[in-house]
Amino acid sequence: MNPGDTFEPRTFAITRADLVAYAEAAGDPNPIHQDEEVARSVGLPGVIAHGMYTLGLVGRAVEEWTGGAEVVELGCKFTQPVVVPADGAAEVVVAGSVKGVADGLATLSLEVTCDGTKVLGMPKAVVRA
Amino acid sequence: MPVDQSLVGREFPPTAPLEVTEERVAAFAASLGARYDAGGAVPPTYPIVLAFDAMQAFLAAEDIDLFRIVHGEQRFAYERPVRVGDVLTATLGVVSLRQIGGADIIGTSSAITDGDGALVCTGRATLVHSGGQETS
Repeated sequence: MNPGDTFEPRTFAITRADLVAYAEAAGDPNPIHQDEEVARSVGLPGVIAHGMYTLGLVGRAVEEWTGGAEVVELGCKFTQPVVVPADGAAEVVVAGSVKGVADGLATLSLEVTCDGTKVLGMPKAVVRA
Repeated sequence: MPVDQSLVGREFPPTAPLEVTEERVAAFAASLGARYDAGGAVPPTYPIVLAFDAMQAFLAAEDIDLFRIVHGEQRFAYERPVRVGDVLTATLGVVSLRQIGGADIIGTSSAITDGDGALVCTGRATLVHSGGQETS
């Protein structure tokens, strides 16, 4: 990996069924990820994906791009909700490049969007180069 | 009801130890649309299972409704990758608290340790609690 290397953007589809499976696997029963009424009652535009679902997709993209390099840092702010419709899917695009390499660690620059809107703030991944 | 400022600096009891099994990792990976092969890498976001367990215990202890919580930020720093066979525990502390526009912004840090007590990763989370303007 060299600074400036750009990875092929990855597109992921998220369905309500994925959120149900994730809630079970991650132990996160928050109904805002399953129930439209509850989500709206707390001011959300509808059922939203778990922020960690979206960050999990970033983890997938990083693993694929780097051939499974060891991740030493991963994180972001969840700045915009990813609204998942009752039918069909939300599409999340994860784009990335190598920002810098130092001391055996590569810092990746990431951009994560849904319908063209950035959904993660200051996403960051650092992997062993 | 706004969250009490005295929470800052408090540490909550460690979560019950959880064994990282192939079944659990495979279900987690599958829910993200990925495949887990035996002996392969555990998804880097897997420690959220531990961190979230600690968050839920903290919210329950403070009578905060989970459905009023939105995840504002999550950052993991890893000492080493999580491996199948690890028995992990999370210990959560509240590191900051501020109120913005009727919402409580709760900063937490969870230390995730293995069966030997060694640190595996640290998860820092910001939880946004939207119940700040309730009068009940």
